[in-house]
Amino acid sequence: MIELPNTSRRKFLRNIGYLSVGFPLISSCFAEQEQKIAERKNFYGDLPGSIRNANAVNAWLQVLEDGRVLIFSGKVELGQGIRMAICQVAAEELDLELDQVEVHLAETGVTPDEGYTAGSGSVPNSAMSVRYAAATARQKLLELASEKLNTTIENLIFYHGTVKTKSGSQSLNFAEILNGAQIDMEVKKPIPVKVSSDYQYVGKAIPRKDIPKMVRGESVYIQDLRFPGMLHARVLRPPSYQAKLIDIDFSNLGTSVAGILKTHVNGSFVGVIAEREYQAVKAVNFLKRVAKWEETTALPNEAALFDHLKSIAEPAQTIRNEGNFSSVNPENKTFKASYTKPYLMHGSIGPGCGIALFDDEILHVWSHSQGIYPMRRALAAMLKMDEDKIHVTSVPGAGCFGHSTADDAAADAAILALAYPGKHIRVQWSRQDEHTWEPYGTAMIMEMEASLDENGKISAWKSDVWTDSHSMRPDSDPATLIDASYLENPVQLRGRGYLGGGHRNADPYYSFPNLQVNAHFFDGPLRISSLRSLGSYANIFAIESFMDELASQAGKDPIDFRIAHLQDQRAIATLKKIKEITQSEPLEVNEGIGFAFSRYKNNTAYCTVAAKVNVNQKSGEIILQKMWAVGDVGQIINLDGIKNQFEGGVIQAASWTLFEQVHFTKKVIRSEDWNDYPIFRFPMIPEVEVHMIDRPEEKAEGGGEVSMPPTGAAIANAIFQAIGKRVNDLPITAEKIVG
Amino acid sequence: MPKYNLQINGSQKTVETESDTPLLYVLRDYLELNGPKFGCGLSQCGACMVLIDGVAETSCSTPIAAVRDSKITTLEGLADQNGNLHPVQEAFIEEQAAQCGYCLNGMVMASVSLLQENPSPTTSEIKEGLELNLCRCCAQTRIIKAVQRAAKNL
Repeated sequence: MIELPNTSRRKFLRNIGYLSVGFPLISSCFAEQEQKIAERKNFYGDLPGSIRNANAVNAWLQVLEDGRVLIFSGKVELGQGIRMAICQVAAEELDLELDQVEVHLAETGVTPDEGYTAGSGSVPNSAMSVRYAAATARQKLLELASEKLNTTIENLIFYHGTVKTKSGSQSLNFAEILNGAQIDMEVKKPIPVKVSSDYQYVGKAIPRKDIPKMVRGESVYIQDLRFPGMLHARVLRPPSYQAKLIDIDFSNLGTSVAGILKTHVNGSFVGVIAEREYQAVKAVNFLKRVAKWEETTALPNEAALFDHLKSIAEPAQTIRNEGNFSSVNPENKTFKASYTKPYLMHGSIGPGCGIALFDDEILHVWSHSQGIYPMRRALAAMLKMDEDKIHVTSVPGAGCFGHSTADDAAADAAILALAYPGKHIRVQWSRQDEHTWEPYGTAMIMEMEASLDENGKISAWKSDVWTDSHSMRPDSDPATLIDASYLENPVQLRGRGYLGGGHRNADPYYSFPNLQVNAHFFDGPLRISSLRSLGSYANIFAIESFMDELASQAGKDPIDFRIAHLQDQRAIATLKKIKEITQSEPLEVNEGIGFAFSRYKNNTAYCTVAAKVNVNQKSGEIILQKMWAVGDVGQIINLDGIKNQFEGGVIQAASWTLFEQVHFTKKVIRSEDWNDYPIFRFPMIPEVEVHMIDRPEEKAEGGGEVSMPPTGAAIANAIFQAIGKRVNDLPITAEKIVG
Repeated sequence: MPKYNLQINGSQKTVETESDTPLLYVLRDYLELNGPKFGCGLSQCGACMVLIDGVAETSCSTPIAAVRDSKITTLEGLADQNGNLHPVQEAFIEEQAAQCGYCLNGMVMASVSLLQENPSPTTSEIKEGLELNLCRCCAQTRIIKAVQRAAKNL
């Protein structure tokens, strides 16, 4: 899956010199001919941000010398199957076979800068940019072919990479039409796009091309890259966040461990380069024993974490305020509840890995970062180098679920490559470093208050959320990279990144006459950044647990109660569907089914989750038997891909809900490996059923995070249905059931 | 440095390395195989699994000196001589039983081992058989279906 264009393609693309064939699109001449091929209609809607930043067709699409098409996307493959989704969209608009489309994912200087691959944004941004660029290219190819073949556009058909006359007597492939040029015209509305009823690939469950490579053990991941003469390095991380290196004695390293080529110390950064990977492992283990540190780290008492977080929070900021929360009829019944979520790990199965080579002019970096352009800005600032002197290629790693350690591993490799030029330096993180140094999803507190009127409807609602930032992703601020804080001249963080993630989905999607949402931001004690779905998981856990409690207080059916407060028919459809598929599910004693709904970010895709549990009232043991999810992501690009994302999302979020919590002492992170930080293992895995509502006429939304937020509350609500007990503090463990 | 003669995927390989080098590092770093993955180095996640004399075991904590004359099969060695994939590999493709696929090596090796011992496992036997293997993308429900499919096709 490390699919770089081959030499001839690169040469072809290089030699054409971007000869311009761009001139304004004439859109009036395709109507009649289109009906005979596939119907098209003009798109006048909003263009995605990605294409507004890079609006030339050839930023997204180039024709190869054999007439096939190479698509450029600034997004990276994280196991979400974006490569295939983009391939389907491009093949659809250009009437190509899937094999006639190659997709080149993020590489600086080659693909557009699309920021981070995050926030369920790759389909709406990247795939849709490719759609509009490909549709524009198609129209241009038709016009050019009509000139070349001296016939009308109406007499031309697109077929599997060629444009031919209807009689079939003449045909040209795309390269022949362009004659060595590329299409550098601007993508401008209106854009003639294929109508969804004529789709051949979009919406279908098309198998990914990378899975056969994975099962054969082909080179797929950054960990599989092997360059001639490549060396292996590891970094000795400090024993705790605030530790400073006082002294390190390398004198016996060479006699204790074979193959050591270089040690590198800069401030509290200690790296070691060896010929073989395991030699580097042993070297770091040796150095751990001889390094002397000054430790001043003072973490709060874990047992009193949430009191501590409240004590350090800034004054509340009101995020939304509609109607008047405090003017509610005093005769209404009011309810309050408080919820907490601990620090959670990304917990990638493959720890961070980075490779770098400094060739005395350019620093080449290979990384599984989610944002190679932003990471390049951070690297350039940390290394005090010109951005143009850093070339970053994205290569898949193990699934990361947000901003994890890929960028930090790339930074390690970059520092060591500069210290040891001319060789590829590969840095592989250990499991313990991954667990203890990754930027966690922050701990949060959610307090909810609501009033029910005499008809059992919610008349007022208030959400208060205590949260750290949910994004400390690397960009121009170098302190977002771990190393920058430990080099000789350490840098301080300039700010707290994106704060909006903390109150994402804290404002219920329901219609309440009086609504207030307040955010209380804090700088928490542990390193944090973006974890899949950001604050939505915790906020929806609180909102949907509370909705369930209010439904029960109002004596209403939990689904009907939600529907009564919703106006959006698409939202209602997911709830009705889940009711339909779960209503005949048999329930034994101590079993229950719970529901929860959310519309991700309140403006993208919809998901309702149902969970069925069996709870042992004596031991507190919870068996999650089955989960159902009903999703609506608008237009579906790849049916199997989206189902896979939804299935994975509910299981991962169920693991968060039932097991996960980062533990720490006053000084160090105590969750060092999978024994200290248990996640779902096979015997606990529930059966999962995903139903998608396809809406081909609606905007295509991403689905990577959509099923996670409702999962936690669905489980909590199922436990309530089973045994009448509500647990509001995550994770929901046996001790809390019996406690 | 000592030399070790190993039987890997049906052929003899000689590797010169320190006696404490774990089998995983020999396979990846010296023999340049991609199948077994580094996940934890602690035998907790199963990403590094290989078949040792036909039984799936982690390779990250077994020193090379302990391997002796055992027959090692990696993911790369599962296909037959004509390159036809093992039914378990086929089933993982058919079920699209992966997201990032980093754990897939261990899942396939553990499933091959399980099906050799128990050709028609129940769902709970499959779950027990894969207990050591972690998947953070959470493709477990698909993996279970892949093992069921492979059991039918074996």
